[in-house]
Amino acid sequence: MVSSAPSSPALERYEAVIGIEVHCQLKTASKMFCGCSNGYADAPNTHVCPVCLGLPGTLPVINRKAVELVLATGVAINAETPPATRWDRKNYFYPDLPKGYQISQYDLPLASNGRLTFETSGGEVTIRITRAHLEEDTAKLIHATDAAGRRVSLVDFNRSGAPLMEIVTEPDVRSAEQARRYAEELQALLRAIGASDADMERGQMRVEANVSLRPRGTEAFGTRVEVKNMNSFRSVERAIAFEIDRQADALDGGEELSQDTRGWNEDRGSTYVMRSKEDSHDYRYFPEPDLPPLRVDRDWLAAIRGQLAELPADRRARYQRDLGLSAYDAAVIVGEPAAASLFEEARSASTDVDAKALANWVTGAYLGLLKTDPDAASRVRPGELADLVRRVTAGELSGTNAKEVFAAHAGDGSSVASIVDARGLRQISDASALGAVIDEVIAANPKAVADHRAGKPALGFLVGQVMKATRGQANAAVVQEAVRTRLDAAPDAAPDGDTAT
Amino acid sequence: MIAAMPGLSRSDVEHVAHLARLGLTDDELTLLQGQLNHILEQYAKLAELPTDDIPPTAQTIELENILREDLVIPSLPVEAVLANAPDSAGGYIVVPAILGGE
Repeated sequence: MVSSAPSSPALERYEAVIGIEVHCQLKTASKMFCGCSNGYADAPNTHVCPVCLGLPGTLPVINRKAVELVLATGVAINAETPPATRWDRKNYFYPDLPKGYQISQYDLPLASNGRLTFETSGGEVTIRITRAHLEEDTAKLIHATDAAGRRVSLVDFNRSGAPLMEIVTEPDVRSAEQARRYAEELQALLRAIGASDADMERGQMRVEANVSLRPRGTEAFGTRVEVKNMNSFRSVERAIAFEIDRQADALDGGEELSQDTRGWNEDRGSTYVMRSKEDSHDYRYFPEPDLPPLRVDRDWLAAIRGQLAELPADRRARYQRDLGLSAYDAAVIVGEPAAASLFEEARSASTDVDAKALANWVTGAYLGLLKTDPDAASRVRPGELADLVRRVTAGELSGTNAKEVFAAHAGDGSSVASIVDARGLRQISDASALGAVIDEVIAANPKAVADHRAGKPALGFLVGQVMKATRGQANAAVVQEAVRTRLDAAPDAAPDGDTAT
Repeated sequence: MIAAMPGLSRSDVEHVAHLARLGLTDDELTLLQGQLNHILEQYAKLAELPTDDIPPTAQTIELENILREDLVIPSLPVEAVLANAPDSAGGYIVVPAILGGE
């Protein structure tokens, strides 16, 4: 592991010791232990049955797909899979938990001893992953005030019993940047293998960090603070940087740190105490008697390994090695699944399309549109983008006009060919086809011609006249070269339109 | 060794009662402390058996890998979901405000 440069003055005196817990919602059709839909964004309490409502007499049955997604994650992070796992009850009382316990995995997780490697500004970093296990999500609570002014909580059980994967690292993370990069890389991996959409803003991926400091050069861990409520990659980095500085100030002042759970307040840019150690829970885990053990045999695991999609790190390496993309472009495309699939499908649609030029369109125009107008971005067809890039590369379409064609295609989904034809945007790059126009312009502008020959800057004006005469369809670079050659090489020659190379 | 474990103190019993959200009187705490310690003594007796050759056992039914395919089946109508709730509004179950927690 490369230790990165201190990102704050506090890190010159102290070393940050950070462990990260990520909960992510698995991409299944149905819930973890019942057949209710896993679409919990719908109207409240519409995907609820006796099992996920915790009614007496019901029994859970394990969703095979959810197990396979965790096993696939384990393979992707190079983890070990135990020959047999079981389920445990985590007991606590809260209105989001109808049974009074959450079915989880305590000492036999589906994956253990994995790792994830990623790039940071300080070089490549590998974080050890302790475990990844499967559990059920809780109901969603909304805090509100009722008509009588009473403070109440509104409970929606749609999310109750949805499959949730928890991924826990060793305390290997050393800076706020590493924490953000770990979360970004994990998101890319989960999306690539189809385990989760892992959208932080939508709560599909929830990141918590255990942060402590120790004086540089010492081994013993300091007092650990758990940081929650970080709803974006940016807030992960900001919250941890804030917490490092806060703890360093406290330690410098000889203050005793308290082992609290703190929440990140994005607007104030600071953390606050949510729960102190005294309120910490005693979960009394014990084996879940309602579920038989799960044995993961070699064939099952091999089948999952065989179906695993290309991992982000492998894809980035391939884009750089085989396609000549920059590390930056490769990372940007791989980091956004919609961009990655557009790029891949455009290359399949047109195998001879220039990969670097295509990458520029995907990282520039397409990702820009995805941010400002996702609906329009969803109308971009891979085959049409490939056609657009091919035309630009072949000189049939100018860069400026290509942007217009891209916007029109995204606007209503019409084909690139039809837009180019309808708007007369086909670029004239054949110098001989421009010869007559160039001669007319030269004949009509004797003063500019004389100026140019006298060494005055008049070439641009003449090129502009040609562009105007062709309604912008001429390739400006070709026109400039043709006009220059025509004026310099044969001042008095008769127009023959064949002077350009 | 369970046999070597000290018995449950009164504060242990109070803690367990709190975790189970049971409000117990002093007399009940005294009674339950005695009963719980009696149960633990029986376990201490069981712990005298040699079990070195027996693997840890969490299940006695000989079933494993009972899985279901990832298929959606109809859920309950929302009226049925809310029928047992003391209070509901706009499709939500309404409970007294609880802060903190998970």
